Amino acid sequence: MNKRFSFLVFRFLFLVCGILINAAAFAQDAKPEMADMMRGNGKIYVVVAVCLTILIGLFIYVFIVDRKITRLEKGKD
Amino acid sequence: MRHSINISFLQKNWWKILSLLLLIYTVVGGFLMEVPRLFILNETIRNLYFHVCMWFGMMILFTISFVYSIRYLRGFNLRNDIFAHQFAAVGSFFGILGYATGTIWANYTWVTDQSQSLGSILKEPKLIGAAIALLIYGAYFVLRGSFTDMDKKARISAVYNIFAFAMLFPSIWIIPRLVGSLHPGAPGSESGNPALNFKDIDSRLRMVFYPAVIGWTLLGVWIATLKIRLQLIRDKTLINE
Repeated sequence: MNKRFSFLVFRFLFLVCGILINAAAFAQDAKPEMADMMRGNGKIYVVVAVCLTILIGLFIYVFIVDRKITRLEKGKD
Repeated sequence: MRHSINISFLQKNWWKILSLLLLIYTVVGGFLMEVPRLFILNETIRNLYFHVCMWFGMMILFTISFVYSIRYLRGFNLRNDIFAHQFAAVGSFFGILGYATGTIWANYTWVTDQSQSLGSILKEPKLIGAAIALLIYGAYFVLRGSFTDMDKKARISAVYNIFAFAMLFPSIWIIPRLVGSLHPGAPGSESGNPALNFKDIDSRLRMVFYPAVIGWTLLGVWIATLKIRLQLIRDKTLINE
């Protein structure tokens, strides 16, 4: 009787552990996907460099237009 | 001599340099700093520094335009009308950019990841509200273009600009929240007051988001001042002839 009871408890614990492990594994799978690889191999810096080039280029352009208008305002075409 | 010119240039134009620095920080920090890891959004949460900033910049530029319209009606100085017109023009441009970037973002987070049908996207109150707001401002430019008399044009378009501004916030903020929307901030999405609420937005996002709003807005103001100065030169030559 006692032996059979302990066997049942063992089976029950085994089941609970199985569910928990399964749940933990599932939780690990369900992490939001991020671009960690881009970070790992450094490719994200390429994107940053490209965007910075465009941004600084745009600012240089706006700055040149600004200077041209200043010259127009002073009446020196 | 040259030295003094440079100092006065910096004193007058420090905010243009500030705009450049803030936007460099936005791009570097916006791509490289840690962001919250969320489902559906994933890395696209970084669009907060670009897409949302367009709309915030638009609202600030429209507010400036509104103030200049009121100032025009108080003294009927045509200079104020030119200011109101050009700020509204750059504001609308920011709005169109915000709309365009929003379509790209929605395409991936609403259509692909939440499998929303095109029909539900087209019924989306936030999109309809934003479209209404932009079309009202579009009508402002149509109205301006339809007058030949300068004073009448300035006066009626200033009054219309006040109406357009009064319609802006109900159509882009209030109505989408009343009826529910996929867009963050609506009752359905349970995200409260995204980007504005101090308790709601993640502190990591705030570190880049607020400087980004200031940077993009200053860039918009800079472009608007260029357009204003050109218009002033143009009107001056008109008067001289």
